[in-house]
Amino acid sequence: MLTICHVYPELLGTYGDGGNVEVLRHRMARRGLGAEVIDVHQGDALPRTAGLLVVGGGEDDAQRRVAPLIGELLSPAIADGAVVLAVCAGMQLLGHTVQGSDGNVVEGAGILDVTTARSSRRAVGEVIASSTGLPLGRLTGFVNHGGATTLGSNARPLARVRRGPANHPLNRDEGAVQDRVIGTYLHGPVLARNPELADHLLHLATGEELEPLPDVEVAALRRERLRPQRIWRR
Amino acid sequence: MTSEAWHAVVVRAARAAGGASRRLGRGHGVAITGKVLTRLSPGSVDALARGRRIVVVSGTNGKSTTARLLRQAWSGQGDVALNDDGANLLSGVGHALLTSDAERVVLEVDELVLPEVLHRTCPELVVLLNLSRDQLDRVGEVSDTRRLWQEALRGTPSCRVVANADDPLLVAAAPPDRTTWVGAGLLWSEDALACPRCSAPLLRRGGEWSCRGCSLARPTSPITRERDAVRIGDRRMPLGLALPGDAAAANATMALAAAQELGVDADDALLRMHEVRHVGGRYATGSLDGREIRLLLMKNPASAASVLSLLAEHRRPVVLVLNAEDADGRDPSWVWDVPFGQLRDRPVVVCGRRAADLSVRLAYADVPHTVARDVTAALSLLPAGPCDVIANYTAFSGVSRRLEC
Repeated sequence: MLTICHVYPELLGTYGDGGNVEVLRHRMARRGLGAEVIDVHQGDALPRTAGLLVVGGGEDDAQRRVAPLIGELLSPAIADGAVVLAVCAGMQLLGHTVQGSDGNVVEGAGILDVTTARSSRRAVGEVIASSTGLPLGRLTGFVNHGGATTLGSNARPLARVRRGPANHPLNRDEGAVQDRVIGTYLHGPVLARNPELADHLLHLATGEELEPLPDVEVAALRRERLRPQRIWRR
Repeated sequence: MTSEAWHAVVVRAARAAGGASRRLGRGHGVAITGKVLTRLSPGSVDALARGRRIVVVSGTNGKSTTARLLRQAWSGQGDVALNDDGANLLSGVGHALLTSDAERVVLEVDELVLPEVLHRTCPELVVLLNLSRDQLDRVGEVSDTRRLWQEALRGTPSCRVVANADDPLLVAAAPPDRTTWVGAGLLWSEDALACPRCSAPLLRRGGEWSCRGCSLARPTSPITRERDAVRIGDRRMPLGLALPGDAAAANATMALAAAQELGVDADDALLRMHEVRHVGGRYATGSLDGREIRLLLMKNPASAASVLSLLAEHRRPVVLVLNAEDADGRDPSWVWDVPFGQLRDRPVVVCGRRAADLSVRLAYADVPHTVARDVTAALSLLPAGPCDVIANYTAFSGVSRRLEC
């Protein structure tokens, strides 16, 4: 039985990121594998069985609130081998520092070797990226953030951006991977649009070799989103 | 040229542009009239507003319905102007003020435009309905909008406020010394789980809420909705609306409270509100491609929640239409915050430019469905009988224009 923890859904659940948890649970169930989803709220401890942690995006205020809490909450589980998906503000918060819209810098969890400064221009739009380290093919998603994130030497980018905004206005990196932690700026939600990433996380968390699923609806969506002329940029 | 003379020239130019646009068949001339006016002289809005009794309605959801109901409720005292075509930016406000001489004016105003409209029109009353996530790529963060409102209200000290006490974001934004709190209910509380002031968790018990970290708490409300009725002091009055559902009842409660502030008798206001049967096509029933349909607007998670609660009353087939144009917000991932599982009990067809996104969402909610090319094709796939067509903003306008009522 895999325990999937949705971390601070009341603060980090901007625009459909909760869908990532739903996708993970559903893909386990379709394979006859058990998964339970536990919402972890402020003040709660992580369950001991936590195998896969999902941290979503959130607004600036929520991010400031979460910053001092999240390292202490997640670190023991990650040290025990829990797998993490961190999206947008979630990824920023797992890094060393994050600069908010007010210019102030807050300390993050320091789990992921990334640093986020404030970008002069908000990154908004559809993204197509080719995964680099992991065998995930092309990734698609929608980004909407004001961060300029740079990776340290312990983290590798998840993908290289082909179209649309990247981690930082001055590079083409998308997301960050370090050990069993995967960060990304992609919404959509990212796992709905990229089932191979979902299955990769489940494989890491369960150790099981997972049979591919017939994703008819997802295949149609990916055909549409990966078609270059459909890309919208601001 | 003096500013009065310039104003007169601009007003004449705006009228002429609107007339030309109408004669050329380019629409109703709302956009062009308002744009000429506000581009050439934004100060014209100030001049046109002067000496009139203005009420402004804003919020994420329910602006059009509340403004429409309030206009009706207030109409016993004379003509009431209203920007009732959904044109809720400054240009739409300018058009409404220019094309009617009515002394009383109700304006529905976009959340981001509210500060400028407050500043320019000095309304006697502003009605604040709710704040939740909507078009994050255009509107931005909810907490930023809340701060924007708070500052704007501070800058217009003569303006009284009617605000929903059940929305913590509004309680954090509205000035308590000149606000009448209304217990309209909050159909979507997912964006108000943490305190807007300090981000600590909010404690909810019954209809009450309070912050665990600071002093923010639900204020007491002299007017409170109880499902399809309103309690004012000791008196419980059935709303008896023609418009269906909880969202409409909440909007009517806000409109009733505003009407009372304007000196309208509550019984009279309610009687008049009964006459409103649809609002700009929302809730309208009619015929489309020879089928009887009811048209519903679903533009963000909060409005989806109220639409789904309406659907629970029967098991009619459903057509869902999803676009992601500029006016809709370019990111449709909010559909993942909508509990679509409820639709498992009926035939469902999806269409629209982002039908593929919706199809994936429904697949993960285990809702059997078909994807169709457009609404006409979707309707032809459904069994005979009445059905519900649920669309987001640009998709909704497209269907609404073709609906024969």
